[in-house]
Amino acid sequence: MKLLKLVPENTNIHFLKWRVPFYAISALLVIASWTLVFTKGLNYGVDFAGGQEINATFTKEGEAPVSELREIVGKLGYGDPVIQRFGALNEVSIRTKLPESAEGNPAAAEQISNRIVGTVRQAYPDVRIDGIDTVSGKVSGEFRDKAIYALLAAMAAIAIYIWIRFEWQFGVGALLSLVHDVSLTLGMFALFQLEFSLQIIAAILALIGYSLNDTIVVYDRIREDLKKYRRMPLPELLDMSVNETLARTVMTSATLLIALIPLLLFGPESLFGMTTAITLGIFVGTYSSIYMAAPILIWLGVSSDSFVKTESATDRQERITRERGN
Amino acid sequence: MLDFPTWKRVWLWGLTLFAIAAALPSLASITGVRWPSALPSPMVNLGLDLAGGSHILLEADKRQVAQQRLESMDESIRGRLRNATPSIPIGDISSQGGRLSFMLKNPGQVDATREAIMPLTSGAGLTGQRDWDIQVVDGTRFVITPTTEGLDQAFTNAMDTAVEVVRRRIDALGTREPTILRQGDERIVVQVPGLQDPSALKKLLGQTAKLEFKLVDVSASPEDIARGIAPPGDEILQFSKPEGGRTALAVKRLGGIKGDQLTDAKQAFDPKSNAPVVSITFNSAGGAKFAQLTSENVNRPFAIILDNKILSAPNINEPILGGSAQISGSFTVQDATQLAISLRSGALPVDLAVVEERTVGPDLGADSIHKGLIAMTIGSLGVVLLMIATYGRFGIYATIALVLNVLMILGIMALINTTLTLPGIAGFVLTIGAAVDANVLIYERMREERKKGRRVVAAVENGYKEASRAIYDANVTNAIAGILLFVFGTGPVRGFAVVLIIGLFTSVFTGVTLTRMWVADWLRKKRPTELNV
Repeated sequence: MKLLKLVPENTNIHFLKWRVPFYAISALLVIASWTLVFTKGLNYGVDFAGGQEINATFTKEGEAPVSELREIVGKLGYGDPVIQRFGALNEVSIRTKLPESAEGNPAAAEQISNRIVGTVRQAYPDVRIDGIDTVSGKVSGEFRDKAIYALLAAMAAIAIYIWIRFEWQFGVGALLSLVHDVSLTLGMFALFQLEFSLQIIAAILALIGYSLNDTIVVYDRIREDLKKYRRMPLPELLDMSVNETLARTVMTSATLLIALIPLLLFGPESLFGMTTAITLGIFVGTYSSIYMAAPILIWLGVSSDSFVKTESATDRQERITRERGN
Repeated sequence: MLDFPTWKRVWLWGLTLFAIAAALPSLASITGVRWPSALPSPMVNLGLDLAGGSHILLEADKRQVAQQRLESMDESIRGRLRNATPSIPIGDISSQGGRLSFMLKNPGQVDATREAIMPLTSGAGLTGQRDWDIQVVDGTRFVITPTTEGLDQAFTNAMDTAVEVVRRRIDALGTREPTILRQGDERIVVQVPGLQDPSALKKLLGQTAKLEFKLVDVSASPEDIARGIAPPGDEILQFSKPEGGRTALAVKRLGGIKGDQLTDAKQAFDPKSNAPVVSITFNSAGGAKFAQLTSENVNRPFAIILDNKILSAPNINEPILGGSAQISGSFTVQDATQLAISLRSGALPVDLAVVEERTVGPDLGADSIHKGLIAMTIGSLGVVLLMIATYGRFGIYATIALVLNVLMILGIMALINTTLTLPGIAGFVLTIGAAVDANVLIYERMREERKKGRRVVAAVENGYKEASRAIYDANVTNAIAGILLFVFGTGPVRGFAVVLIIGLFTSVFTGVTLTRMWVADWLRKKRPTELNV
């Protein structure tokens, strides 16, 4: 049986030849992402912004009447409601801020949701209410803090682990590529104004894990090759290591995407944002482990000596005597 | 490396089959097959986002507990000093800044005072803990400050009671399998699967249900009441619903009784007006106090007060001696039923505010499981096809490992009784995509080793050996991310972390250990000279 090869054997692509332009592009993308996050802002869901979110499905219509909804809900006078589709065309979320008086006051919050649901039901009898979330300002603030702690702690812990298992240069490289991946994901969420919720934090933590899989596989090979080919110039050696692991990198990214894309297309609508984040993250993570994590080792000055104990003078003498004896 | 003695095989297969057996009841319930009830049936719970239902997060106010504690200490000190022999006269007790202070009228009584109030300041039980510190300032002024330990203890007790009361109230609603848990210091999570309209539940939990009976001060002028000026010894309380044109009344602070000594409360109808009321029955001590209050105040109005709002202020037409009474207050039947439940389950020791609430409809969850299963099936088929097309025989081993992996995750989740949530489904899909990574690493390495000219057995051995370092490091870093997600995440997101973490262990077990055993068997039986990988 002839087996399939996604990557031809014995590739010898000079990935690192382009490291400077690619670094420049990556740096620009990271800056652009943060600019977007600070100017356009992330579209925080109730988890992080507080307030009330009603999820509804229009069972008889192909497409949810977003602009009509905006008008009829807007008329109720609960500020400017955020109404957007997610996943399927006939599903919408209606998000309103809670007035000060309704914070922690279930009766007032409920009155608001009842009025919105009532109004929508009257205009569209086919609507199905899938869920109502109410989050007070205090709790959403805590969620925000926890999310930031979790992301920072994960990146720090992973960088330290890599530092211990490899060398400090590798830890810095892994951290840098993680910052790159997380920045770009945040940038995409700001650009497309996808709802940013607790699920997205979970997605980012998961993609940190997968992006790191790639980085570790490449690093592991670099470490091995550094010990084997002690005289090879570093850029050449890195290229060799990346090429040797290329088949695996492509294959694993492929299996992940094959598993994820059906979830994106046919999966539950409420997972759409999360799946999108992880799918984007797989592309970004694969790129960063080749173009961010590997080349930085050149600039940070990794050498074969990093993994080979330096020989003391007495050891050397002993070795020579031993070799002569043979 | 490729040596598998019998005891090892028994262990590996035993573990695998045990975990898979634990998954069967859950699988049966997903596919609608009946699981014989005679067999043990560990189950994966479905999270609210899949089963539908309500999640409510309640928060207690710590300051309120401190305030209440201060008030009751105030009352106890007064009582002690009044009843001491000889009695100890004091000035007003002030409760400024969270501490009590009062002046002795007679400076010679410092020691007697200290002795009288000392028993009030030690903690309950034999812990020797001090709940309050006593200081004497300027020779005659006593300052009594709550200790942090005492305050914490009081708050913990209040929260324990609150959880109990919440449980009793929810049980009274007849909802099934509610989850009621303390979360952190000052919060209680309530989850009720299947509950679609949480309004009744929230109303019930939002009601502190502190019932009091106090005498109405008929001498207070309506103008003063309207302006909120209370005559000495009185307080102005609002009606919960205006009664006969009145919105507030002045009631006497002292001399009332609390309605916490009840043996029963139920919704009933007033025999004359047929309006819904709550009929309550006191226990013997409460009944005696109530009889005394009503006998001493015939023909005067008294206010029935719930959570500092007046429900009604009827006249006492005759002494009520039987130990039961009726609470009227222009209720609807539903209002009266809820109040009866709240009174029956006892008052909450502290007000609870709803700080987070999530309700999921029933159709959404079933829909999500259905769509999740479809996505998972298509994804798995795709991964399996690619693996078999790329690695042939070894792809088949990876496929079997993948199927066992998914079943084992489900089985372990059932055994440790965790909850499958919507993001958990995403966790399954991700695990399917990522679990084969270990196989890819090993097989690619085998290819390389073979290309370098190693013989078949050596290539296989080296493949497993050299790949295992990267597999190990990758799994540890993923575990770090997963554990942080579990620690910082809440609810559904935790469900995702659980699947990821269990998946890391099972995928190494099935993808590395089990496939190695199968490959070793194949090598021994067939003694292949070529490695088609």
